[in-house]
Amino acid sequence: MAKGKIPPEFLVERDDYKCVRCLACVRLCSYGANYYDENAKRVYTENRKCVGCHFCEAMCPTEAITVMRNPFEIKPLAHWTSEHLIDIMKQAETGGVLLTSMGNDRPYFSYFDRIVLNASQVTNPSIDPLREPMEVRTYLGRKQMKLDLEEDEEGRVLLKTEIAPQLKLEVPVMFSAMSYGSISLNAMLSLAEAAKTVGTYFNTGEGGLPKELKRYGSNMIVQVASGRFGVNVDYLNAGSAVEIKIGQGAKPGIGGHLPGEKVTEAISETRMIPVGTDALSPAPHHDIYSIEDLRQLIYAIKEATRYEKPVGVKIAAVHNVAPIAAGMVRAGADYIVIDGIRGGTGAAPKVTRDHVGIPIEFAVAVVDQRLREEGIRHMASVVVAGGIRNSADVIKAIALGADAVYIGTAALVALGCHLCQRCYLGKCNWGIATQDPKLTKRLNPEIGARRLVNLLRAWEHEIKEILGGMGINAIESLRGNRDMLRGVGLHEYELKLLGIKPAGEAW
Amino acid sequence: MPYSLSSLIPDKHFRVPSACGVSGIMNTSGERFSGEVVVTSMSVMRERGNGLGAGFAAYGIYPELKDYYCFHMLYDSAYAKKNTEEYLANHYEIVESEPIPTRKNPRIKEVHILWRYFLKPKFPETVTEEDFVVSTVMFINEKIEGAFVMSSGKNMGVFKGVGFPEDIGDFYRIDEYKGYIWTAHNRFPTNTVGWWGGAHPFSILDWTVVHNGEISSYGVNKRFLESYGYKCTLMTDTEVIAYLVDLFMRRFKYSPAITAKILAAPFWKDIDSMPEEERLLYSALRMNYGGALLNGPFAIIVANRNMMMGLNDRIKLRPLVAAVKGDFLYIASEEAAIRIVCPDPEIVWAPKAGEPVVGVLRSEESVSLKV
Repeated sequence: MAKGKIPPEFLVERDDYKCVRCLACVRLCSYGANYYDENAKRVYTENRKCVGCHFCEAMCPTEAITVMRNPFEIKPLAHWTSEHLIDIMKQAETGGVLLTSMGNDRPYFSYFDRIVLNASQVTNPSIDPLREPMEVRTYLGRKQMKLDLEEDEEGRVLLKTEIAPQLKLEVPVMFSAMSYGSISLNAMLSLAEAAKTVGTYFNTGEGGLPKELKRYGSNMIVQVASGRFGVNVDYLNAGSAVEIKIGQGAKPGIGGHLPGEKVTEAISETRMIPVGTDALSPAPHHDIYSIEDLRQLIYAIKEATRYEKPVGVKIAAVHNVAPIAAGMVRAGADYIVIDGIRGGTGAAPKVTRDHVGIPIEFAVAVVDQRLREEGIRHMASVVVAGGIRNSADVIKAIALGADAVYIGTAALVALGCHLCQRCYLGKCNWGIATQDPKLTKRLNPEIGARRLVNLLRAWEHEIKEILGGMGINAIESLRGNRDMLRGVGLHEYELKLLGIKPAGEAW
Repeated sequence: MPYSLSSLIPDKHFRVPSACGVSGIMNTSGERFSGEVVVTSMSVMRERGNGLGAGFAAYGIYPELKDYYCFHMLYDSAYAKKNTEEYLANHYEIVESEPIPTRKNPRIKEVHILWRYFLKPKFPETVTEEDFVVSTVMFINEKIEGAFVMSSGKNMGVFKGVGFPEDIGDFYRIDEYKGYIWTAHNRFPTNTVGWWGGAHPFSILDWTVVHNGEISSYGVNKRFLESYGYKCTLMTDTEVIAYLVDLFMRRFKYSPAITAKILAAPFWKDIDSMPEEERLLYSALRMNYGGALLNGPFAIIVANRNMMMGLNDRIKLRPLVAAVKGDFLYIASEEAAIRIVCPDPEIVWAPKAGEPVVGVLRSEESVSLKV
């Protein structure tokens, strides 16, 4: 029926002069969009099935394929865009919640893009990172207001205060929680190997720990989410830190649902649930209905890990984020993770992903400020996540007050992801968000790791260049240094919340 | 006078980067000598300033009143003076109250009322005497419009203003004072400043700091200090150094060497190769006091009644030279500033980046070259 006919999102154009009929595109497309017509001896595409992942385009040996957006030229209305029309058509057809994946792509204002950085001129020298040491090492975990020192008879100074467990990051960028189930083992192995090579951390997400990842314990954070999949004492002790996930930026306030079809033998083993059953993560932790309950869970985990590992808590950035963060720190979190409205996901209702939460730029600014005002900033490190796209975003997040950042989407892009936002289908042609062995083998963990290492090293170089330009040679002199930031085209009150001055104003 | 004072912008409310010359002379056995020496030392570094700020800190200058806190005040108006005196009278016994003696100098235009008080605090038992004095200084500088405390220690004082060091020295009659530690400063601010409080040294209690450089980590250091109750009201890098030194050396009782290793922390690559115990110590210091790391180019001379310390930033982006002769320790931006007052020092050296030079009063090892 024509009413239900949803126009294709993409058009796959094929240059028949270039096409050699190798049929790679036909074999490769996991969505079955491309097909070969024996009679016509031509390759065609069923455009409706194309998700726009560009895999066939990338693989075509003769560059015969171009994947382009279907203009779907409805009358150019500002309020009723083609996206809205198509969404209504889909819902009128199915009566269901619209599902999507990856991060929010609404055209909200990017505050990162309205912040510019400082550099030294004349009055202090900029520093060349190729000639001088430039330090970006970061420690996450609880710090002290005061260290007690003691001098022995020989005049040596000894440290008396016991230092809380810390995570050591050689680059202030970690890989966000992405569970086994939402992404493939090969994707996880790529992240793990890269984290190990660079000296940072990856996060298991809430899907338990595949045995293949156990050897990466010293570069691994294990997550405890509301489903408690795969959580036992060995799991808690398998990594370098434990992270309690309360919420994530892509879907604040709701839980998760891994459909039974995806719960294969291997997933069943790591999640500790029967094969084929739906894996439901409840919206709240059913043992955390308030802040005092969070404290109990934090300390239960600390007991289980003999106080040897930092325990972090991750939340989505919501309106009341600053007081909530202060409560988390008081409840005993050694680090907190704030995931902004741009944070990614394997699957989320579109309405939640696109409309719930606040931009991370505000969240980090107000959380850092609040923790300082309450005199508890030293008690926990602040990790920021949600839409970090490049080294400039990292620098701005740190200058606004973060200790380090998490990247998820950027890491997946390095592995091949083209942000088609169909992770929830489990058919990822790039072998990332799928468990289909035919697809996952497309992602070689060695090559994946190399690409991720390249990305982090590239960002590290860029961060060092910018630091040197600012005339500082250690990342701690950037952390919370909002003097290094200026706003362009922002309202006065927004500047106040961000704690920065407008461009043009001196110190 | 190269600038007309009336057209100058006060630098009370925003940060002004400046380059400078510094000099410090200490007699480690505590023998007092005339301030003329340090003025002479500064006179050869005229090129390092532009006549928009100079100052001197002197220790041991008020031996007959050494038990009282001496407040050197700078007032914009008689009204500010009245307000401050009312406040002081409520919290202190005012032992002496007098103008700071000055001499007419054609190149110095007096714009402030300069006054000094010798005070005995009437402080509640809940706080220490020193914390009480610190809170008084914070209160006056922040809350009383037009009043500024130049120094607030015992048996010491800061003399500063807008002008070249020779003129400021002459104006304040520095030659008539005798002290065992003198530090001095010559300022080259990037824009025209007319407020005398913006000159160095900066002081809290008997800590003084003279500073050549720009602290690029100011934004971090200021917020770090705020969590320890310090309010950075003057918008200068140097104020931050003074408070950091006060925090670590007075409140936390860390040695000058440890303090230096917090302000100019060793690099991680060096920490990583230290023996176990040292590695733990220096890692902990960096992890916990990262917000106190002074980043950017600097050469500073910090002093209190017992010691004088020279320190460079971690990669030595500003000059600093030290020399020793007998009981005298000299630290200055340029060797010339030492040689003019001490032509034949026993040793002269350029301290390494981040390595403090510390002179301690009446100690067997008066000068330690390294930690």
